[in-house]
Amino acid sequence: MKQFQFTITDPVGLHARPAGLLVKEVKQYESKVTITKDGKSSDASKLMMLMSMGVKNGDIVTVEVSGADEDKAAAELEAFFKANL
Amino acid sequence: MDTYTGKSIFNGIAIGRILFYKKGEQAVTRIKVQDVEAEVARYKEARQSALKQLRQLYDKAIEEVGEVNAMIFEIHQMMLEDEDYNDSIYNIIRNDGVNAEFAVATTGDNFSRMFAEMEDEYFKARAADVKDISERIVNVLVGATSGKDLTEPVILVADDLAPSETVQLDKSKLLAFVTLHGSANSHTAILARTMNIPALIGIAIDESWNGKMAVVDGKHGKLIIDPEYSVLEQYMEEQKKEKEARALLAELKGLPDMTKDGKEIKLYANIGSVADVANVLANDANGIGLFRSEFLYLEKNTYPTEDEQFMAYKTVAQNMAGKKVIIRTLDIGADKQVDYFDMEQEENPAMGYRAIRICLDRTDIFKTQLRALYRASAFGNIAIMFPMIISLSEVQEVKRICEEVKNELDENSISYGNVELGIMIETPAAAMISDILAKEVDFFSIGTNDLTQYTLAIDRQNPKLDNIYDAYHPAVMRMIQIVIDNGHKEGCWVGICGELGADLSLTETFINMGIDELSVSPTFILPIRKIIREL
Repeated sequence: MKQFQFTITDPVGLHARPAGLLVKEVKQYESKVTITKDGKSSDASKLMMLMSMGVKNGDIVTVEVSGADEDKAAAELEAFFKANL
Repeated sequence: MDTYTGKSIFNGIAIGRILFYKKGEQAVTRIKVQDVEAEVARYKEARQSALKQLRQLYDKAIEEVGEVNAMIFEIHQMMLEDEDYNDSIYNIIRNDGVNAEFAVATTGDNFSRMFAEMEDEYFKARAADVKDISERIVNVLVGATSGKDLTEPVILVADDLAPSETVQLDKSKLLAFVTLHGSANSHTAILARTMNIPALIGIAIDESWNGKMAVVDGKHGKLIIDPEYSVLEQYMEEQKKEKEARALLAELKGLPDMTKDGKEIKLYANIGSVADVANVLANDANGIGLFRSEFLYLEKNTYPTEDEQFMAYKTVAQNMAGKKVIIRTLDIGADKQVDYFDMEQEENPAMGYRAIRICLDRTDIFKTQLRALYRASAFGNIAIMFPMIISLSEVQEVKRICEEVKNELDENSISYGNVELGIMIETPAAAMISDILAKEVDFFSIGTNDLTQYTLAIDRQNPKLDNIYDAYHPAVMRMIQIVIDNGHKEGCWVGICGELGADLSLTETFINMGIDELSVSPTFILPIRKIIREL
């Protein structure tokens, strides 16, 4: 399992558009991706669940990646977060 | 004749018959089904059609209202493909053995409640999106056409309209719309403005109006049912004028604000609220030269939060899509009072505790606004302008605080754009030391209303002095010339955002004096463009 932490800098937080893009991104991997904030977790391939976490600007989220392609997925996801959130 | 008043979200006049629109909201009944897998397949097929509709809507919206506004339909597609949403529908069909319509409606209610209960305004508002997508599928399932097919031009009266319904309506047949619900900042309101459709919200609608003649007066937020002939005549006259203005627009839209010998003028608009942006776009201004931020403070009972301000600035910046948006920091005091600021009564408020004087004294309020402005600058081309400057030290202090705010944002890895800083020149003091001030800032914007009142020592609010108030006083004109020349020496561009800027008889004079920018109320943009292009 790989994991990294990320502080959200998008002013509106994890809103519909980046959340939608994240779901698309995650679905490319075999690995299971989980996002956690304050003890609440969500499968990152589920848009409404992600949005219902209400992740806001300045929140710190933990991203967990586990599966066959976890190394590649974790690296690419970290880049994705930096570029989009 | 009955008159109703609501909130106008787009100015303009419409005259026509009312069509009372009842939502495609289907009364969904729970029906037991035998073959649940067939029902699941029926749902999947309906979802495919709904997705196809959304793709078409997205394309239509991109063309009509631009990518930023169209994005909502892309998000709806993503929501329709959400796993949990779909799983919930499959489960209800399979476990309860019920029809797809019922499963979709129940799931839609559950998910929309989940969002409605969230704290954050942005996420709360997504409840409407979940409802909208669920209704879309139900409509496909029952074979209803979502959206109303309009056969003749009508004023549409409805409880509420979803963004998708608004875009789907045939624009050539839609004269105006009037709804009970909805907010001025909703997607529907923004779409109405971008489509130039007069619209009112917050009117207690009545089904018995169906088929009656009516007038929608967007300027005054009025709906008049069964207007008397004299009233109708008056509105027809106004509508004619509106049409003439639109013809001017058609002729001048998209053309550069350039004189015959090739000098380009920045022709910008003055606005006082987020909603005014529609008017700016409709009149084809090339930017916003004065966005008065007071509305954020005046419409509230307490200080607006950083996030509230940020959302307002960001919305304007995004809607202007890269065009310059100059936002003036808080300018209260004098004739604009806000209760919760708890300010003392003053003998002479025009020369009192106001504008930048308050901001530099109560830096907490000032920094909140600056943080919101800088954060919003990541989403467009924002410039900040400071009012009521009289000295170099004020400008230096303002710049120091801006640096402080930027450093704090850097520490929190919050991005911001490249923000031009400028000052209002509205005191004789600032005009006379404009050579010094020009070294400090990127631009000057001359506020002719205050500059004239302070230069002539004439209170604008005193009607007894109207006969000696001379807007063209040579002292003011000379001061404007000094400011332009001093600005240019240091590479500052110089504009006028006061009422004088919209005086068509002065446009040529100002251009000859070397002015770079004129910022005027949106309705003056095209008449001035016409003059500029003929010089």
